[in-house]
Amino acid sequence: MAVETTTRAKVRWGLLDVVVVVFALVPVLWIASLSFKTPATLTDGKFWPREWTLDNYRTIFDTDQFVRALVNSIGIALIATTIAVVLGAMAAYAISRLDFPGKKLLVGVSLLIAMFPQVSLVSPLFEIERQLGLFDTWPGLILPYITFALPLAIYTLSAFFKQIPWDLEKAAKMDGATQAQAFRRVIAPLAAPGVFTTAILVFIFCWNDFLFAITLTSTERSRTVPVALQFFTGESQFEDPTGAICAAAVVITVPIILFVLFFQRRIVSGLTSGAVKG
Amino acid sequence: MADIVLDKVSKRFPDGTTAVQDVDLEIADGEFVILVGPSGCGKSTTLNMIAGLEDISSGELRIGGERVNDKAPRDRDIAMVFQSYALYPNMSVRENMAFPLRLAKLDKETINQKVDEAAKVLELTALLDRKPANLSGGQRQRVAMGRAIVRQPKAFLMDEPLSNLDAKLRVQMRTVVSRLQKQLGTTTVYVTHDQTEAMTLGDRVVIMRGGAVQQVGPPQELYDHPRNLFVAGFIGSPSMNFVHAVVEDGRLRTALGDVPVGDRIRRELEAGDAPKELILGIRPEHFEDAALVDDETRRRGMEFEAPVDIVESMGSDKYVYFTVEGERASAAELEELAADTGAADFAGGGSNLVTRLSAESSAREGETRRAWFNLEKIHLFDPGSGRNLTLQEGRSAGALAD
Repeated sequence: MAVETTTRAKVRWGLLDVVVVVFALVPVLWIASLSFKTPATLTDGKFWPREWTLDNYRTIFDTDQFVRALVNSIGIALIATTIAVVLGAMAAYAISRLDFPGKKLLVGVSLLIAMFPQVSLVSPLFEIERQLGLFDTWPGLILPYITFALPLAIYTLSAFFKQIPWDLEKAAKMDGATQAQAFRRVIAPLAAPGVFTTAILVFIFCWNDFLFAITLTSTERSRTVPVALQFFTGESQFEDPTGAICAAAVVITVPIILFVLFFQRRIVSGLTSGAVKG
Repeated sequence: MADIVLDKVSKRFPDGTTAVQDVDLEIADGEFVILVGPSGCGKSTTLNMIAGLEDISSGELRIGGERVNDKAPRDRDIAMVFQSYALYPNMSVRENMAFPLRLAKLDKETINQKVDEAAKVLELTALLDRKPANLSGGQRQRVAMGRAIVRQPKAFLMDEPLSNLDAKLRVQMRTVVSRLQKQLGTTTVYVTHDQTEAMTLGDRVVIMRGGAVQQVGPPQELYDHPRNLFVAGFIGSPSMNFVHAVVEDGRLRTALGDVPVGDRIRRELEAGDAPKELILGIRPEHFEDAALVDDETRRRGMEFEAPVDIVESMGSDKYVYFTVEGERASAAELEELAADTGAADFAGGGSNLVTRLSAESSAREGETRRAWFNLEKIHLFDPGSGRNLTLQEGRSAGALAD
């Protein structure tokens, strides 16, 4: 009986999973399919391209606009991620380990930032950045990204730090380590999965952002890919750039996939097992 | 190696609670001292202060004659074994044990040699390349000890190192710890809440309650000559029986009959501020089946009759539980002890007397049995202060002493 129930449950869950995966992946596959179609067959409604072509990819890489945006995106996202994770790690460590005055306030404020509707900040930010000369520069995007990624980083990382037994740090100190050595040689290696998880989340947030990118940039000096796609036009004004846009969309998902795959291997759950008790 | 001296050491937390109050303790070089007490008595805080993991609020701590109050843990040259073992999960057993040596910047060859040596002592050689996750509880415990002994520190601190092991392994590891300490001759401070561990391991035992030291001494002395009600109730398993007694006409009226007292106790009870009620303390082994007592012994004690509740035959002797009527002995110390063991939850009405009789006793459950107890071995406590009235110059003389 029990075995039958589990088999049936497995089948049921399996079907449910398939539905979810198909629902999520069909639009992505559709975009990929469109990017390989020729302009003539673009609107034929067929899922599988009848004529394969790489022209769309050639087009986007021929235009300076797209390549430049790609460079902007990668640079801005990487810098923002690095700074947010480093700052977040320090703040999260303090929050999970120390009792300092204003701790609750700090946590509360960072939560507040995370909940703030970003769209309401767009106009003031625009004004401020114009006054400060940050408008349409890399720092002009990196700063707001860090601001909005930090609460996320602090929350995720402090959850990870809290899982690490405090005894380990005490043990390291007894073994003759300074505070810095204890953090670097014992705590940091154990927090690595948390750091990588956070890095992925923050990177995706920066990479995908459209709102700040479209308001705080005006030229391709700092325009990121999601915005660049918006400004995409064909060779002539009357040409339909759908194929090229799809190709660009495929291209910009690739770094995300690579980034996740690269770090996923380091997110090993249960890394701390065996540290304490049995 | 060094001696450790605590001179009026106190710990107060910012919220105003005092965890440790004026602890004076001199631990000689090479001595094995146990800090024992119920949870929340300040024993772990005291250990952490010696380790340097907690600041000392007032008083002075000297290790090897040198004041170390303001020194960081790493400058005190002491090793600690944690209750949770606290092994570094990302390092192998060898790396775990080598960690303190690597921090001390020893060269590779010396490190390897020292780790191998320590591993041999603790029979860890075969496990050196494993990660802590792949070890059993007992093995992890040994690695934690290995990490402590490998750099030959001035002292070992152990914070309930055996409490996560199962009962059988705990007994086994107890002898390992004991042997290791004798072999190395390193000053050791060991914290436990288990009085059996305290009795079996230590050269001297420090009993703590509410942040204050109650009594310090070799295990047998604490057992035979407890200074107060708390020590008497804490040490010993099964624990001492406590019977309510009322002072009347120079005698003690108890549920076990009238207990005569000697001149010294009588003088003390006649004083103006003397308590009118006392608590009588009798250890289980100082009872005997009245039918098995010879006449000469009989004279040294007194007899009573009570219904037998339960008989537990241990082979070598019998635990017989008598039900006695009358008021239950009550004192703050006793309630605290009961709360610590969880006994407070299921103690019914009346009181139970635990006695350890000879195996030859024919006591059966349900019958009323005559039992004898030794008056020379009983203790009398003041319920208010908990003081042991029978104690004279640190020795307990029983109720009949002149």
